Amino acid sequence: MPGKTEIDIDYVADLARIELTEEEKEQFSAQLVEILNHFKSLREVDVSGIEPTAHPFPLYNVWGEDVVEPGFTTEEALANAPAQRENQIVVPKIVEDA
Amino acid sequence: MPELYYKSAADLSRLLASGEISARELIQSVIDRTQNVEEKVHAFLRFDPEAALAKAAQCDERRSAGKSLGPLDGIPVALKDLICESGQGLTCGSRILEKYVSPYDATCVAKLKENGTILWGRMNMDEFAMGSSTENSGYQNTANPWDVSRIPGGSSGGSAAAVAAGETIAALGSDTGGSIRQPASLCGVVGLKPSYGLVSRYGLAAFASSLDQIGPITRTVEDSALLLQAIAGYDTLDSTSYQADIPDYTASLNSAPKPWKLGLPKEYFEEGLDPQIRQLVEKVIDFYKSEGCQIIEVSLPHTNLALPVYYVLAPAEASSNLARYDGVRYSHRSKQANDHVGLYFKSRGEGFGPEVKRRIILGTYVLSSGYYDAYYLRAQKVRTLIRNDFLEAFKQVDALITPVSPTAAFKIGERSGDPLSMYLSDIYTLSVNLAGLPGISVPCGFNSDKMPVGVQLIGQPYREAELLSIAHLYDSVHRFGMEHPVL
Repeated sequence: MPGKTEIDIDYVADLARIELTEEEKEQFSAQLVEILNHFKSLREVDVSGIEPTAHPFPLYNVWGEDVVEPGFTTEEALANAPAQRENQIVVPKIVEDA
Repeated sequence: MPELYYKSAADLSRLLASGEISARELIQSVIDRTQNVEEKVHAFLRFDPEAALAKAAQCDERRSAGKSLGPLDGIPVALKDLICESGQGLTCGSRILEKYVSPYDATCVAKLKENGTILWGRMNMDEFAMGSSTENSGYQNTANPWDVSRIPGGSSGGSAAAVAAGETIAALGSDTGGSIRQPASLCGVVGLKPSYGLVSRYGLAAFASSLDQIGPITRTVEDSALLLQAIAGYDTLDSTSYQADIPDYTASLNSAPKPWKLGLPKEYFEEGLDPQIRQLVEKVIDFYKSEGCQIIEVSLPHTNLALPVYYVLAPAEASSNLARYDGVRYSHRSKQANDHVGLYFKSRGEGFGPEVKRRIILGTYVLSSGYYDAYYLRAQKVRTLIRNDFLEAFKQVDALITPVSPTAAFKIGERSGDPLSMYLSDIYTLSVNLAGLPGISVPCGFNSDKMPVGVQLIGQPYREAELLSIAHLYDSVHRFGMEHPVL
């Protein structure tokens, strides 16, 4: 579980699905603690009754007409795939053998 | 004709229209210049002279047939390498997208093509636009053309350096916390970040979606208006696109100057600002006074919270946006993985550079269970306070005058080991993104090292026409963006 004043770097890297080297873990932990300490002022602001801003102007759902429009061909859609076979993207096996 | 590559887009447009020059002569001048100086500047990730010459030939044919596509027909424009251009590579400055080819045009690119611009190069940048010096590129460092031992700013450092060096006439960049305005200032050119949603983000690789905006980097404010005219406007392909009529930005530039009320936010002139930059900005203020503008001191009391708010929100959004680079459908795939989860971990660990990893970790942390309310939600609330500060100030004034960056360009390597000192490069620009406002960096002189300095003008939401005419009043007289480095 994440610590109180330190970042549990393994836990966070696991959430982010990034493999870090030991040097990176050490460096980032120290730097992020420094950065978060610099942000202490955030905790001192009175935000009671203040609405959060997610976007600079109010946004609502934007609906499109449900009509068929030209899209990518299979070839175009797969053009950047790292591995493909029979018009599909190849990935490592996900389901365990029975 | 000498030095076509250093003229403004507006001047070149007139020369093209009158038939004094051809689009081929113009692009040849830019190509020759680039081939002479690029080994010092390293602004481009890729450029293609042959393709550019072929496009220019088409421009000349159109024009001689009386079918010119308008004032930008034949003007060379370079694109920051995170804006999709069909059939071209798109690295975002990252090794994780080393082999990616854009399958479609960004809306702004489609519009530039409709306007006949010659898209002629892909510009270096900090990886995924995270940085203030372009040193976070996964490919190369770009030099500041005014002193090649210094950084060009970032993250649109390649775009700004190329405009300053005469390697293109104009460029597009993107700005999430200052990434157009800060490098424009450090390279002595004009950089505009439009209001949030004015330019479609369709085809812009996302960094922080509630902050990102595309904008032009040019030599003059007039050129900035020309480019904005081409790329602004509502787009059904971007659900955050702003619905409004687009005025004629160039026509309104030269409307009679009004006695504008201009605000000086006192928090932007406190300690930390280089005294030479303060002096140069004060000269700009004196100019506006002499033009009959009223100068009013205003206060934006939550200014010192912009940095923490930004570095909570932007990394949080980035950690979510960059989850797509998982090595499955596109992007680098590790050859070391044995299973599908390992594929994510290893592909991302190998493909991302240190600053991107640092921000993904920071963003993941502030969104993680137990910290969401303390950091993310709280930062969103303080964002409201920051925006309200501006709206309050705009009850008194038409626009604000501030510095762009607390210092001029620093030396390559000087801050690259210390993320926090790098983050402080953007303290005067971040709030503008948080509040969704338009901001423009206009060159306003040089410091004692002969390095360029910019002034920032901040306008009211979606009032780019007014902001540009205020900026043009200064720029049309001073034209510091038309001064050139010796390379």
